[in-house]
Amino acid sequence: MKTYRTHLMLCAGTGCVSNGAYRIKAALERELAKHYLQEEVAVVMTGCNGFCAQGPVMIVQPEGIFYQLLTDEAVPHLVEEHFLKGRPVERLMYTPPEAKTPVPRMSDIGFFRKQRLIALRNRGLIDPEKIEEYIARGGYRALAKALTSMRREEIVEEIKKSGLRGRGGAGFPTGLKWELTAKQPGDEKFIVCNGDEGDPGAFMDRSIVESDPHSVLEGMLIGARAMGASHGFVYIRQEYPLALERLNLALRQARDYGLLGTDILGTGFDFDISVHRGAGAFVCGEETSLIGSLEGRPPEPRIRPPFPAESGVRGKPTCINNVETWATVAEIISRGAEWFSRIGTETSKGTKVFSLVGKVKNTGLVEVPMGITLREMVYEIGGGIEGDRKFKAVQTGGPSGGCIPASLLDLPIDYERLTEAGAIMGSGGMIVMDEDNCMVDVARYFLEFLRDESCGKCTACREGVDVMYQIVSDICAGKGAEEHIPLLEELGQAVKDGSMCALGGTAPNPVMSTLRYFRDEYEAHIKEHRCPAGVCKALITFRIDPEKCKACLVCNKNCPQEAISGEKKKPQKIDPEKCVKCGVCRDMCKFEAVTVQ
Amino acid sequence: MAKLRPEDLDKIAERMRKAVSLRDGAGRAKVTVHMGTCGIAAGARKIMTALIRCVDESVVKDVILTTSGCAGLCSREPMMTVELAGQAPVKYVDLTEDRIPRIFTEHVVNGKIVAEYALAVGSEQTL
Repeated sequence: MKTYRTHLMLCAGTGCVSNGAYRIKAALERELAKHYLQEEVAVVMTGCNGFCAQGPVMIVQPEGIFYQLLTDEAVPHLVEEHFLKGRPVERLMYTPPEAKTPVPRMSDIGFFRKQRLIALRNRGLIDPEKIEEYIARGGYRALAKALTSMRREEIVEEIKKSGLRGRGGAGFPTGLKWELTAKQPGDEKFIVCNGDEGDPGAFMDRSIVESDPHSVLEGMLIGARAMGASHGFVYIRQEYPLALERLNLALRQARDYGLLGTDILGTGFDFDISVHRGAGAFVCGEETSLIGSLEGRPPEPRIRPPFPAESGVRGKPTCINNVETWATVAEIISRGAEWFSRIGTETSKGTKVFSLVGKVKNTGLVEVPMGITLREMVYEIGGGIEGDRKFKAVQTGGPSGGCIPASLLDLPIDYERLTEAGAIMGSGGMIVMDEDNCMVDVARYFLEFLRDESCGKCTACREGVDVMYQIVSDICAGKGAEEHIPLLEELGQAVKDGSMCALGGTAPNPVMSTLRYFRDEYEAHIKEHRCPAGVCKALITFRIDPEKCKACLVCNKNCPQEAISGEKKKPQKIDPEKCVKCGVCRDMCKFEAVTVQ
Repeated sequence: MAKLRPEDLDKIAERMRKAVSLRDGAGRAKVTVHMGTCGIAAGARKIMTALIRCVDESVVKDVILTTSGCAGLCSREPMMTVELAGQAPVKYVDLTEDRIPRIFTEHVVNGKIVAEYALAVGSEQTL
């Protein structure tokens, strides 16, 4: 590889690409050439850096300077100032919400400081399309170790001792799953990588495949060796085109190097991987549904046992792990179970990747040690609530998860603590909500999603979730009755008890957890016909405060219903008959004169 | 492409080490070439090219090459500052391309300051 003095690590994750990362790349190359710097400064496209809210982002190495929100217009100045004259451009650096001056170094930025990267160890450091860069950072060494100096049982034992648990949601001990599959007789066994990330707002699996596909392949190879599997499948969503492209490229490169196929690394071990594109059904996250889909059947869960470890794909022993789980495996084999198990809490070891979204200032993808508190997540990594509004809750675990209130902000995050609080770890979605979020409306949103995604096999889930949705919708529409709350609780229990898979088993969680912590909001909707957060349209009215109104007429001109009237230089009025409660007037008013009741 | 053997992984890594160590931001030495207008006019770009060539040809790969603005002593440009890990920075002045290989070998690689070309050790006081 050619010697350069500077590498510009430009993020090419989906977020940054849609914000124009490739345009920035072209502009950088053009400007570098203009100053004859193309032989000194290299532009490297990397996977998702995680700080998606600030995209397109770029890190200048070796200085480690972090640039954000790049535009084509900014590039000529940046190249001339920083890369030619060595003067970093402050204007393009990140300013933390609490600070006044920009912070140039990545390690000084709160968002990155608390993170500890294992599954995302190579993010932003390598070009995901070059296998050599993965190898240069220690890649495929764990595989070589597993193939040349470890017995199969030793590999399984190492994973067991590490305490690694499934990162897809349920948190089943990975080593135990491997052991069950390894013990099965017969030489035809399969392993599957579950990349059917279905939770709204979750994108950790996509990001791992996009930024470091070989880490997943290496994990699968090690697992295949340990369990004696002959073939692997990566089940990945059709909606992830960039991940799919990089995955296929990685598979081709690995085959070229003899890291897949026959006689891998000259050790006589044979294994290959094929890719299966999923059509995007939430229920495919469930193992037995995924197997159905993989075999070309409708994705419906089936009774377990037999577990996939005994009878999975084509009736053969099968081990299914999530993308993040596979990506962690090689690092455990390289550094040892003891190293891994020192990170995290008593029951939950290692790190977990979360997609931190919602009303926080810094949104993006973060990897943190288990046991970190919600407060650290929201206020240190997330930088606090946008607009300095009041924090209300964190929703974890996607549609099957639950809402955790402000009183539990100091809760350490691990599988058990989250479950006790009525939520779940899930795949790691984390949605932060503030005082403007109505918790009844949030429950309604998730129920609507689950009602669509229920496969319909179990009556309790198919009908129960639908009825729960109808009731919660009625409450939002101001048609709630007092008996609705106990009915919801009863239905929730019935759906949980009467469903075969985890989709139904956890579907009532959004309602149950909001009822547990925010019962007063349900009661306000039902008894007082009031939505405290000002969200449910049937229960709110918009009003203009005549004291605050400066008669600028902005609301009057922008109201799509022409519901606002008033004379020039006089306070304006909203006609409640015409108002459709779209909120445009409130958003546009500079004087905060529009209030919601 | 040839099929890999376990020992080949190290060979690939070695070949790629320069790229990767650069991105870790750590190295035995940092060499800053001062690229103010004065420096560029006096030939600082050629100094940088010569340095890159030195790193390219050397077995020592963990040297960070970077640029910064004018060092303030415009009459002695091109200038560069060599900082070895844990040691005070050394400023070199009146550089020419043919002086670079010697500074690189003696100072950057072997840690001995080339007194003939050096201006001073240390840097100005800052707040």
